Amino acid sequence: MLLRSQYPDASPICGGTDLMVDVNFGRARPPTLLDLTSVEDIDSWELIDDGRTVRIGAGMSYTRIIDEVSGPCPALAQAARTIGSPQIRNRGTVAGNLATASPAGDSHPALLACWAQVEVESVRGPRLIDIDDFFVGPKRSALEPDELIRAVRVPAATGPQQFAKVGPRNAMVIATVSFALNLDAAAGRVGTGIGSAGPTPLRARAAEQMLEDVLADRQTSATQEAGGWQTSATQKAGGWRRGTADRQWGEAPSVGRPRRQDPPAVGDRVAREFGALVAEAASPIDDVRGSAQYRRHALSVLARRCLNWALADLEADA
Amino acid sequence: MTVTGPTMTVTETPTRTATPSVVDGVGASAARPDGLPKVDGSFIYSSDEYHDGSLWGVTLRSPHPRARILGIDTSQAEGLDGVRCVLTHRDVPGSRTYGMKVYDQPVLAFDEVRYQGEPVAVVAATHPEIARRACDLIVVDYEELVPDTDPEMSLTGQVEGLFGGGLARHIKIRHGDVGAARAAADVVIEGRYELGTQDPAFLGPESGLAVPLGDGGVELYVSCQNLHLDQQQVADCLDLPLDKVRLVLSGVGGAFGGKEDLNVHIHACMLALRTARPVRMVYSREESFFGHVHRHPAIADIELGASRDGRLVFSKVRLVLDGGAYTSTSQVVIANGCYFAAGAYDVANVEIDGFATYTNNPPCGAMRGFGAVQSCYAIESAMDRLAAALDMHPLELRMRNAISEGDLLPTGQPVDGPAPVQEILAYLRDLPLPPDADHEAADMRARPGGVGNVTRGEGIRRGVGYALGMKAIGFSGGMDDTCTARVTVWIRDGEPVAEVYCAGPELGQGVVTLEAQIARSELGVRTVELRDKDTDIEESGASSASRQSWMTAGAVAGACGLVRDEILARAAAYLGRPAAGLVLDGREIRDQDGQRLVSVADVLGPESVSHPFTYRHRPTEPVDPERGQGNAHIAFAYAAHRAVVDVDIELGLVRVVEMATAQDVGKAMNPAGVEGQIEGGTVQGLGLAVMEELQITGGRIRNPSFTDYLIPTMLDVPPMPMKIFEFPHPDSPYGLNGVGEPPNLSSTPAVLNALRNATGLELPRAPVRPSDLVVEPSVQTGIA
Repeated sequence: MLLRSQYPDASPICGGTDLMVDVNFGRARPPTLLDLTSVEDIDSWELIDDGRTVRIGAGMSYTRIIDEVSGPCPALAQAARTIGSPQIRNRGTVAGNLATASPAGDSHPALLACWAQVEVESVRGPRLIDIDDFFVGPKRSALEPDELIRAVRVPAATGPQQFAKVGPRNAMVIATVSFALNLDAAAGRVGTGIGSAGPTPLRARAAEQMLEDVLADRQTSATQEAGGWQTSATQKAGGWRRGTADRQWGEAPSVGRPRRQDPPAVGDRVAREFGALVAEAASPIDDVRGSAQYRRHALSVLARRCLNWALADLEADA
Repeated sequence: MTVTGPTMTVTETPTRTATPSVVDGVGASAARPDGLPKVDGSFIYSSDEYHDGSLWGVTLRSPHPRARILGIDTSQAEGLDGVRCVLTHRDVPGSRTYGMKVYDQPVLAFDEVRYQGEPVAVVAATHPEIARRACDLIVVDYEELVPDTDPEMSLTGQVEGLFGGGLARHIKIRHGDVGAARAAADVVIEGRYELGTQDPAFLGPESGLAVPLGDGGVELYVSCQNLHLDQQQVADCLDLPLDKVRLVLSGVGGAFGGKEDLNVHIHACMLALRTARPVRMVYSREESFFGHVHRHPAIADIELGASRDGRLVFSKVRLVLDGGAYTSTSQVVIANGCYFAAGAYDVANVEIDGFATYTNNPPCGAMRGFGAVQSCYAIESAMDRLAAALDMHPLELRMRNAISEGDLLPTGQPVDGPAPVQEILAYLRDLPLPPDADHEAADMRARPGGVGNVTRGEGIRRGVGYALGMKAIGFSGGMDDTCTARVTVWIRDGEPVAEVYCAGPELGQGVVTLEAQIARSELGVRTVELRDKDTDIEESGASSASRQSWMTAGAVAGACGLVRDEILARAAAYLGRPAAGLVLDGREIRDQDGQRLVSVADVLGPESVSHPFTYRHRPTEPVDPERGQGNAHIAFAYAAHRAVVDVDIELGLVRVVEMATAQDVGKAMNPAGVEGQIEGGTVQGLGLAVMEELQITGGRIRNPSFTDYLIPTMLDVPPMPMKIFEFPHPDSPYGLNGVGEPPNLSSTPAVLNALRNATGLELPRAPVRPSDLVVEPSVQTGIA
């Protein structure tokens, strides 16, 4: 921290998967590099807050996120699977992704959807930044020049989460557009995150609100019918279904496995409306990776599909 | 890469002189001599070349696609600590321009820059970062001009400021009577097909090391495709005689045509001669995109006529290839594109007009397929449209019109050599289709979008597409093409050792493996040493046009024959009996019954036997300029693909499910190498179909990086069943035919036809982008 305060111009480097690309392309000539790889206690994770939050150290690689926290953080783990090649995933970190703050950063939609917090620190002390306050502009974050990211706090999943990313290649591709969805069953909240479709990663608030209302209405009617898909535990907790306290984390990732494609209970109309609201929340541009029009369209499709999968999961778990 | 499906068929044809003791001779999948070093990292690529005390050379390039140079001030750069020299056009000792066919490309720009990235100055410094900073200190006074970037304007030949008014060459081929045939045709279709700019995207960037010699000459270690043509251009620009410019082939990390033109060559030599120090140059990945030629982007208009029963009666093609700022090989690329613009079909009435243009776009030149990729994409797309108009299966239409031996090409040349197109197409017809996908059960990596996790079966439609390609092998149009090899045999520890010396560049295609295989087969030796490839021996020609195996095999086999004859003559003298009854079998001389007579070691003693041999293929002639008629080619090669694709029609994402190839190779000299060429060519064509495009706007490249110029990954490459036919070519060494380019031709249109089959869309432009493949309009956004 002392070094960081003494060298505010230094570029912190851990995985180097982003910074070194800029160096190699002649776009960055940092006067000083601050090597974080020898900082202790940042390459691990722990459950805090009575097991309700996963605290992921700044130096923990994507590979370890996939291997170790895909249970409590399924959307983030799925995002990590889409990043680069195995070599990149072995070195790259979520904290590095955050520090670069690219609108195309693959972690960001998942962190937004989960209402993550970024734990930063300087000689002045630590502070927590809500993910909604973190991205302030294209490749600009709320990080002060003397601050470093120590960890990312991701609330553990209490319901289905999804992440999907569109790119013109089937692996190792920067997102043309990406989307994350989090159904927080315990709190009855819906979280979303949009990548590569605006100056910063975005949240689709109207879509979240609409879906929360629909799910809340459905819960009410389901409860009245007695013997619906709710358990009494969730009703007490005010959520849509059972909470997570007794869930065993560390299970195999849910994505990529065969899924039912039954029509979701909320109906295709809601899924399409949700997709439209997500697309409306975006403010994409035309660039070398795709047109604004295609990005909006693809977002609406991703959001619709993610919702259908998440609802199918919700029903399967009920 | 995975190879599934039927295994390849290799006919066992004994070579002329093979003996049972030959191991890893012709026809065996002998291991590459450079295989292990390439895997363990010890192989020396041209970017690894090092010399004590070497300086680093860096190039300053134009940021503008077109500008007048009003002045260049290098004083600040020269003053930077560590800078040894800064050179501009004023410092070029000899010819100010170079080029493969026409000397029109400035060594360093002297009046005007004509494309973005054109070299303007070069710097030598003690460290590459210092050299880069020095480049930033060079002040070039540009007067920016509006770039001309529209090839349709250029082909009028009226654009001021471009060479030839913009027109590099107009090719005309006239055969039969298209007007009369059109009047008689039952069905006529038209189509316009566009192809974007593909980059060779080799992984080993342009690089080399120039070492000044005490006698005023220079030695250049470089990765390239034709040492001798490069040597001539370098010598002309340095104003040195050929014997003062020695080129040595360094490790080539891929080329695909993009290293036929010069890159670091002259600059590194100028810097080395000026500083009297060795100079290394290595392009960065971004610079590499500006430092080599690309595949010509194309616009093709095609009109096809057929009888009701699906017989082609005429074919009319207008092909425009934009060559960008300088000629490179544009004039030959357009000719080759036109020769095969009517496809591998027997059609009596043909009219082809091809235009190669100049613009202020990045220069285009040779790339695997050399014009035939563009025309194959166009004609094979049109053939599917014709099949639809005839309500005929696209494979059936192709089989009804497939070319065969004796048919006349649009250039009037009869097809000679094997033309087993029916056999090739029949294999694809009879090959079972891959099973339907179970997207719910499948791993997401098998679905469109791959690890992006975008679908679990929603929106996916399957398509199947076919395409057939044909191309000439070797140099055409009257070129006297030669290749020289020298083979030397001596005794080491009682064993005969053969050394093969030939300048044919090894780009990764495996010609070095063949050189050793041929020596083992012809001489029966176990140990073959391959000498470094350089310009001290006569030329071998380019590793291009799928010709190097053919030409090198002819030269090495010829030299081996001379060596064998001399060894037998010496044995005859040694034994006091006529040479006619003697057989060379590795370390022994035997009689015709296999009886050992004497060892080669005893015959040779401490002496060596060494012979050069120069191979020539049969003569060809240029086509006439008015009707494009003439016997221009030495041989033809054929391949066809069947592509199976899954398309997510809502998101426009693609997973190619399978690419099946059938190809005639004459003789599989090294079956593993042949498989590698077919897989590589197929994947490069797949890339051009669905992702590989250099996006150029207003003469500027928008995606000069592997972040945004995408090439297929393992998750984009499907299983590739293949059938390798071996119909021996009557004119070639061992009956072999060229292998490298044919699989690159039909791959792209096969994928496009499969995408069309899956989506019902016209898809007039490749590479297709996801937005091109979206079928269902989105209710939300109304995208069509």
